Parts: sequence; structure tokens; C-alpha cells
Amino acid sequence: MTTAAPRTRPAPTTGPDGPVRLAAEGVRLAYDDRVVVDGLDLRLTDGSFTAIVGPNGCGKSTLLRALGRLLRPQAGQVLLDGRSIARAPTREVARVLGLLPQTPVAPAGLTVADLVARGRHPHQSWLQQWSTQDEAVVAEAMAWTGTGDLADRPVDELSGGQRQRAWISMALAQGTDLLLLDEPTTYLDLSHQIDVLELVSRLHAERGRTVVVVLHDLNLAARYAQRLVAMRDGVLVASGTPHEVLTEQLLADVFDLEARVVPDPVAGTPMVVPVRRLRR
Amino acid sequence: MSVPSATRAAAATPPDTAAPATGRAARTRRRLLGLLALLVLLGAACAASIAVGSRPLGPGTVWEALTDRSLRTEEAVIVWDLRVPRTVLGLMVGAALGVSGALIQGHTRNPLGDPGLLGITAGASFAVVLAIVLLGVGTPAGYVWFAFAGALAGTVAVYVLGSAGRGGPTPVTLALAGSALSALLFALVRAVLVSDSDSLDAFRFWVVGALAGRGADVAWQVAPFIAAGLVLALLNAPALDLLGMGEDVARGLGQRVWPARLVGLGATTLLAGAATAACGPIAFVGLVVPHAVRAFTGPAHRWLVPCAGLLGAVVLLAADVVGRVVARPGELQVGIVLALLGGPAFVALVRRRRTAAGL
Repeated sequence: MTTAAPRTRPAPTTGPDGPVRLAAEGVRLAYDDRVVVDGLDLRLTDGSFTAIVGPNGCGKSTLLRALGRLLRPQAGQVLLDGRSIARAPTREVARVLGLLPQTPVAPAGLTVADLVARGRHPHQSWLQQWSTQDEAVVAEAMAWTGTGDLADRPVDELSGGQRQRAWISMALAQGTDLLLLDEPTTYLDLSHQIDVLELVSRLHAERGRTVVVVLHDLNLAARYAQRLVAMRDGVLVASGTPHEVLTEQLLADVFDLEARVVPDPVAGTPMVVPVRRLRR
Repeated sequence: MSVPSATRAAAATPPDTAAPATGRAARTRRRLLGLLALLVLLGAACAASIAVGSRPLGPGTVWEALTDRSLRTEEAVIVWDLRVPRTVLGLMVGAALGVSGALIQGHTRNPLGDPGLLGITAGASFAVVLAIVLLGVGTPAGYVWFAFAGALAGTVAVYVLGSAGRGGPTPVTLALAGSALSALLFALVRAVLVSDSDSLDAFRFWVVGALAGRGADVAWQVAPFIAAGLVLALLNAPALDLLGMGEDVARGLGQRVWPARLVGLGATTLLAGAATAACGPIAFVGLVVPHAVRAFTGPAHRWLVPCAGLLGAVVLLAADVVGRVVARPGELQVGIVLALLGGPAFVALVRRRRTAAGL
């Protein structure tokens, strides 16, 4: 679905692998006066699947918040399809870019069907409240993620894996080309981590979504994402394919970790085998 | 729920989306039934509020007085000058308290939210004390503007205090600021009252929360504020559904957060401020009513907000009627009745919610 290029928007800068959908240009990100990220550049091309990795507190979630318009840069700007995201109407952005924060919480008693239905909000208005098309999109999203059976169950009573599927269904029903996910595998056991990442991977491969995901697990990031972005102390240290980024030198530089990198016996992607933590 | 097949046809209309549609239809049915029950209860409560009083009047007499406005008997005066205004006021104040409770709980994502949480009650109380002590105001119609100004000032102060820290106001900082300011203002209120016994009598009748002794003039004074507050609250309901999933999710779905927060804050202040101004601080309606309504509306604010208004009116009128009956020939103020009944009712609700968790 790489042909689903930006429609009638201003001509985007074209990266090596296609048009750039989302870009950070020299952004400075800070909470009050504590600067987390300064002068960072990043370009995300159409149809890409990018994982942002880095040690705790490196600013990767902060960067994702800025890309998702949740945090306004103090300097620089974020461009969505070549336009400053800060100046675009909120609802318009929400039709193109969807996001899931880390461990979102649904109000008590909200059913899965209702949660997914709320994903249609950017497509509704005072005049056009709930259409048959919304109904169809919601049903299709739940069928696609395998949450149809859970439709009438309250979200707060689901297991962690089911809950994450429900939230991803909501993001799918929102129908955005771009999807930003902040650590979608937090608090899940390994098999449910795989389950969620398979789902996200299918969103990318089958539904043509441009995906940016913040991940802790380097091996899973290398297996599922096409591109890795490694950050440390608010600085973008490396960016490229998993093979280019996940080197023993980078693990030492970014994670203070002595490690061997071997091919993943299943996927052939780089796999990190830690040796010990390096003292700085 | 055992529901007759009347609504089955509606449930069967969307043919291709079977699984979600049946659940949705069943819930819509439950909500409509709840709404209907509330309307019936409200009618009954209004009727009781007009028919029952410390002075026993037969239903025939009341009906006669209501339908024939040319009548100038003593009974007709009681009905038209006392009971009807009192019922109208109870209706408005009850609805205002129920809706403001639903808004506060929604905006703070705090199930224990009520108008006391945002400094509204404390601000109004302090202003009324000042009005009584410094200006010698002595009638409810006179208190109204001071109480209203105090409620507004209290809300704004809580908002400013709650925004002072890093990252602006959050539900937690607002609740903390509300508690702190309330404690301070109530301490000042007590300090003033202790030093001035004359004011105490006037104030304590207001602070206990009552519909009695408030005439049609009070009802007219607060009516525009409550009407404006109700309209804003209904406009705010869809945004509350999104904000209930957290600000980040709400923004991701295209909801502008701060306009919605401002509308909600404005509506809450108008409603709770006007209600407190008219009747004094009345506890438990704002706290309990939204919980009770949630049992059949679920978390959807489009239903929750209007139904909380209806149930708030029912509860306030019913408590007022009970207060007129239990202490004849005197009256128990509605604020006292509600505190006596509201405590156990809340405990029951909490227990029921806990046991129903597996539903």
C-alpha cells in the first residue's frame, strides 16, 4: 500500500525510500525547564515500520509524544505530510495520525465495542453522529484483531493481552495512515508480547500503516521493525536497518552493555546476547 | 432484565453486524427503560412535593387550587406561593447538583468527586458568612449573589492553585488544591462564627441546606444560571467520553482538551454555585446520584449527564418531602435528610458495585 501517498497536501520532501510522512526538524523537547531532547532530526517515510529504542530516560517516549502532537516542541517543528503539525486542526490530524499511549486506562464498565467505536470520533461531527459506515468499520476492526467475541465485555475486566488488542482495534477503527505506539508490550508476558507485535506487524504489512513504536526489547524490535532508531540522552545515535544499528559497538555506546550480536535463529535478524554491563 | 418483545424489532434491524448490535440494542433498551423510570419518578416526586406539606391538604383541594387560578383561598395561597415555588426550586437545584456531580467525576476521573471537591461549597460558605457579618444581609435572596460569587472565586482559586505546579492542572492537583482551600475557608468560617453569635443563627440555617423559606424570587434568581449550566453540561458530555480515556488518548482522537475542560469547569461552577447559593451546601446528591445512574447508563456521558440531572431532582424532592413528613408539625431540612439517607445509600452502592464486578 505504498502507493497511498499523501493526497493533495503540499509536496513532501522525499526520502530515500519514498515520501516522508512524519518528520522532526531540530526539535527541542522539554518539560518546563528540563530539556529532554535538543536539536533532533528524524524522518519517517511512507509505509515504514520504525522502532525507537534506547535506555530508560533517553527521551524516546518524549520524542514519540512530540511526533504525536501531545507535546509541543520548544524549538524546531514536527511536520506531518510537510505541514507543521502544531498548526493543523486537531481533528484533521486525528484522521491521519493515531496514537496509543503506554498502558492506557479505559473508564470502568466501558465495553470493548464502545472503546473501538470511540476510535471513530475524528470522523464524526454534530451533524453526522454515527453512520452505518462507522458501524461497519468498527465491526471489521474487531473481527480483524480477533476481539469480536469480547465486544460486550468491559475493557477493565480483560486480561492484559486482550486489553491491548482492544486498544489496537480502536486505533485501527480510527483509520489513520500513521500509528504511533508507546511500549505496547508493557506488562505483557512473552507470548502476549509476540501476539501484540504480530498484530502491529500485520497492521503494517496488510493494512499499509506507517508504524512508529517505542520498544524496550531489542530482539523483538529487530525482528519486527524495518528500521531502528537508537537514542541516548536525548540524542539520536544511530538510525537504519536492524543490521546497521544493532552492532556490538552501538550496544556499548548506547546501553553501556557488552554483548554479542548473533543472527536470530528464527528470523535471521540481529539478536543481542548480553555479556555484562559496562561501567562508565 | 426481563423486557417484553416490543423493542426486539429495533434490535433486529441492523442485520449484518449481529454480535455487537445485540449487545448495543440490549443496552439501549436498558437505558431507555431507566430514562422512562426516572421520568415517572420525577412526576411522582413533583406531585408529592406539591401535595404533601406540614399543613395537611386533601388531594382534591390541592388539585382545585392548581387548576383554578382565580381561587384566593388560604389553601390556594399555600399551594401557589409556597409549595409550587419550593418544588420548582427543588427540581432545579436537584438537577444542578446531579449534573455537576457527573461533570466533576468525569473531569477529575475521580469517582469520589462532588461539588465540595473543587472549593465551590467552601467558597460559597465563606462569602455568605462575610455577607451576613460585614453587610448584615439576612435573607436567602440576599445571600444568593454572595454565595454565587464565592463559589466562582473558590473554583478559580482552586484552579489557579492546582495549575501552579509543573505540567499545569491535573485531576490530582485540582483535588488537592480543592481540599486545602476548603479546609482553610471552613476554618475561617468557623473563626468568624465563633466570634459573632448573632451571625451564627442566620448562617446555620443556610449552611444546613434547605428548600424551605426560599421563595419564588430565589428560584428566579438562580434559574438562568442553572439553565446555562445545563446547556453547557450537555454540550460537554461527548468530550467527557473521550477525556475519560486519558488526555493523551482524547487528543489522539482529535479532542481539544483545554476548551473542553473550560466548558466543563464553567458548567460545574454555574450549576453547583447556583444550587449552593439558593439552598446552602447540600451533600451527597452530587456524589451518589452519578454512581446510581451509572448502573444503567454505563460510562457514556451522553446518557449519564441528563439522567444524573433527572435523578438528582427526584432525590432532592423526595428527601424534601420526607423531611416535611417525619418531624411534624415541624420540618427536617433537606440537607439533613440527605446526609442521613445519603451515607448508607453510598455504602450500599459501593458494596453493590464491588459484588457486581464480575458481571
